[in-house]
Amino acid sequence: MSLFLIAALPFLGALFPALLIRAGRNAAAASAGFTTFLAFVGLLLNAPAVLRGEVIQARLDWLPGLGLNTNFFLDGLGLLFAGLILGIGLLIILYARFYLSREDPMGQFYTYLLLFQGAMVGIVLSDNILLLLVFWELTSLSSFLLIGYWKHLPEGRQGARMALAVTGSGGLAMIAGMLILGHIVGSYDLTVILQHKEMIQASPLYLPALILILIGAFTKSAQFPFHFWLPHAMAAPTPVSAYLHSATMVKAGLFLMARMWPVLAGTPEWFYIVATTGLITMVLGAVIALFKDDLKALLAFSTVSHLGLITMLLGFGTKIAAVAAVFHIINHATFKAALFMSAGIIDHETHTRDIKRLGGLRFLMPITFTIALIACLSMAGLPPFNGFLSKEMMLEEAFHTSWMGSPYFIPGLAVFAALFSAAYSFRYIVHVFLGPKRHDYPAHPHDPGTGLWLAPAFLVFLVIAIGIGSNHIVGPLVSVAAGAVIGGELPYFSLKLWHGFTPALWMSLAAVTGGLLLLWLHPRLSKMWNAAPRPEAKVIFDSLLGTLTRASRGVTDALHNGSITRYSAIMVAFTIAISLYAYQSGVASEATRAVQQAGALPVIGWICLVSATGFIVLNHRNRLLALVLIGVVGLIVSLSFNYLSAPDLALTQISVEVVTIILMLLALNFLPKETPVESPLAIRARDAVIAIVAGTGVGGLIYALMTRDFSAPSISEFHLANSYKGGGGTNVVNVILVDFRGYDTFGEIIVLGIAALVIYALTEAILGSKVRAYLLNRKPDSPQDGDPHPLMMVVATRVMMPLALMVAAYIFFRGHNLPGGGFIAGLIAAIAMLMQYMASGFSWAAERQKVYYHGIIGSGVLIAAATGMGAWLAGQPFLTSAFGYLHWAPLEEFEWATAALFDLGVFLAVVGAVMLTLESLARLAWQPGMNSEHAMDINPARDDAAKLKEEV
Amino acid sequence: MEILFASAVGVLTAAGIYLILRKRTFPVILGLSLLSYAVNVFLFATGRLMINAPPVLNKYAEVAYTDPLPQALVLTAIVISFGMTAVVVMIALGAYLSAKDDHIDMIEDADGAGDDA
Repeated sequence: MSLFLIAALPFLGALFPALLIRAGRNAAAASAGFTTFLAFVGLLLNAPAVLRGEVIQARLDWLPGLGLNTNFFLDGLGLLFAGLILGIGLLIILYARFYLSREDPMGQFYTYLLLFQGAMVGIVLSDNILLLLVFWELTSLSSFLLIGYWKHLPEGRQGARMALAVTGSGGLAMIAGMLILGHIVGSYDLTVILQHKEMIQASPLYLPALILILIGAFTKSAQFPFHFWLPHAMAAPTPVSAYLHSATMVKAGLFLMARMWPVLAGTPEWFYIVATTGLITMVLGAVIALFKDDLKALLAFSTVSHLGLITMLLGFGTKIAAVAAVFHIINHATFKAALFMSAGIIDHETHTRDIKRLGGLRFLMPITFTIALIACLSMAGLPPFNGFLSKEMMLEEAFHTSWMGSPYFIPGLAVFAALFSAAYSFRYIVHVFLGPKRHDYPAHPHDPGTGLWLAPAFLVFLVIAIGIGSNHIVGPLVSVAAGAVIGGELPYFSLKLWHGFTPALWMSLAAVTGGLLLLWLHPRLSKMWNAAPRPEAKVIFDSLLGTLTRASRGVTDALHNGSITRYSAIMVAFTIAISLYAYQSGVASEATRAVQQAGALPVIGWICLVSATGFIVLNHRNRLLALVLIGVVGLIVSLSFNYLSAPDLALTQISVEVVTIILMLLALNFLPKETPVESPLAIRARDAVIAIVAGTGVGGLIYALMTRDFSAPSISEFHLANSYKGGGGTNVVNVILVDFRGYDTFGEIIVLGIAALVIYALTEAILGSKVRAYLLNRKPDSPQDGDPHPLMMVVATRVMMPLALMVAAYIFFRGHNLPGGGFIAGLIAAIAMLMQYMASGFSWAAERQKVYYHGIIGSGVLIAAATGMGAWLAGQPFLTSAFGYLHWAPLEEFEWATAALFDLGVFLAVVGAVMLTLESLARLAWQPGMNSEHAMDINPARDDAAKLKEEV
Repeated sequence: MEILFASAVGVLTAAGIYLILRKRTFPVILGLSLLSYAVNVFLFATGRLMINAPPVLNKYAEVAYTDPLPQALVLTAIVISFGMTAVVVMIALGAYLSAKDDHIDMIEDADGAGDDA
């Protein structure tokens, strides 16, 4: 099966449980299980080739410009991890089906679980480090959802947030590290990076990259000092703990270290950072685990300890240690997942996880006891179980490693950790299952149904099988996986129980005896431990986070006090400041264009514009007057467009002006008509200074721009040259809009449509609220005209309507060759219809409106899109236009262009958007009693009809 | 002419910014409109000013054409700024109708909302 499909299956599968939960919990679980099974089978189909030593690749360019490609590859390490993720995933899906209660939203659980699974599979199969980072972040996000799955528990929410904060920030560090790594090598493909050990290690950027990547790996794999999030994440449901926090997600960091081992390992920096961190974590986790009374907390810290162990092995940097690390990853996943599941069973059946309240369960829950016993003995490192084998290898390696010249440091601490590890493993058995039967369990304990114990039973079967027949069962897998880690010749190793009387055996023996002794001393030690002061990670984390939150809130509150005026002032002042800096530090070239002589017309226009603007500023408190003056400004602007060789702009500006003024008038109808004086003179003076400085700057900038030539050849020449040849039109502006830059225009009509829909939605929201009652009973606050629909105006607009539409059609059709086009025609058509609303009243017009404006916007966008897609039929890219000439006698020859069809889409979208906007606003003004059936008072036809009726 | 044009842009910008810094919604909307004019005209002028040279190709004579690209840009900008003005007007109207208050600044509220323990 293709690697793409294996990586995609969990994501596809994530859709089903959420949908199928309506068909029952079994259907949801089965769909999740089925997709996982399918992906697992797909992986196994590839396994023989990988075990032969081949590397399977699947490549697809995604964003090659960024070096981000969807490249996957499957080697031994990937096979091992993907197998663990999918295989244990299957068992977890089975277990969770019976673990979760009826109240838990199971569909959601499986969806999150499969999302997580997909992200993990993505990590281990990625052949591109950028792609890997995407999946890496996805695991952080999906694990956040899973840890916080029980939303009603505050511990769950806090644990989820803590996990996200720690692993997420680690992920950020890793992104930086990976980018540096990619920068050193010049490629983001893992297979390429892995070839360049010397180049990377010789680079001065090696150490920063190493540290950043390790921060990512350490946070994910809960290494000291980031280990604290893992125990808090145990607030998650037990299947999540078993899956994420023992078998898969926390191993992602290990995976990454193993993956990067060939290029990053082998230096003293690597050894001292990784091995020491691993060693500290191993010892710390083991010691804390012994004194935890919560079953899951004990397992959580033991997981921290074992993760430290594997990290330390990878840190050693020797080949045989890497083999041991790989082997222990398998073993730990099997026994720890089984243990978590057994803890879940105990919790499920006795309703407590407190060791102090348990004991004597061996007779009550014999199956669970057997499972837990085998898994615990494996964790303690006793033969003939698999934990023994990898622990022996670890001790053997530790024995041969010296730290800062001291040969005793690492072996001593390794034995110390192993001793505690044995002790807490024994404690799990002795304090929970052995001892006398009690009578005060919170619930009556008994073995669970098959569904719950089947999955852990299968895992302990593996624990025994790997322990006894390791060379046959996992030998080949360990070989290829370790081979992939090492990236070269494998050293000789043999996975077997008996190696003779090696130092490791004596160390192991010491650990087990010491462990039993510790357990015997446990009550006394526990008292001392509880009395001793020790730092509580959560308190430190919370206070750190609290400080950060307060600091950021302080900054935010100082800048954002809810005053939009202030934001605007800050923004303008800041822009002025950086412009001033640019002006001071930059160099302006000499003016190259002569200033043109201005005739009388521009001077008159200038006087009109400046005085109108001045009046607006001085008289803006009289809102109606200000609105009229804005109209004057708009008019001058459109006239100057016309004067300065931009007829299209002039037409657009003047028609937009009309609809804008109508819009503002409609709004002003509801708003106060005056603006009171509020700001003190000093504030107004300050604002005036800011405004004048900004205005001077903008004016100066455009003056400087206009008096200089282009510094580089403009692309406009291309447009002028190709408008007729390539676009079939002589109006270059229109050809740019519908052809060269058609994609922009397409986006723009969509934006316009969205704006209109937003306005419609806002209107609906207003009309759906309490405001509606006010609007219906509103008394006009200014004197109203006696006749809302003057006869002359009604008649005139109705006569004008076809004429105006004709003009719109004319403007539309000539647009390709002469000033005009869809935008302008749309505005003119909208104005023609608006006139009807204004003259004959909203109700009259609304009754005659046959098509909803939403539909017009939608059809416009669809026509534009369909025209664009039509190009695909001709094998051309989206929005490639075509044109030609037709000659039908006796007509003159005329041109056709697909661009006209596109322009029709623009036309419809503009008509729909403008009308929907203004109609929405007008609906606010509607009141009962305004419904005049007859817009005109005098209508002979109506009187005749009434008379006719009477006569009949 | 360039001086007239540049000074007009400057005046429009200054007036727009001054009105945007007012405390009520309506002057701010007026200010936004003035600023839209200023920005559109500014963009248009980046194509340099030319008289009697519309970018409509003349098949029969070699004539000068002004830069068509800023014009195409500004044409859509004019229409979009209508859409923007309409949305802002609608938001202002909704706020005024709901709160009977057309101040654009939020009234001081001390308690921070949305704080999850």
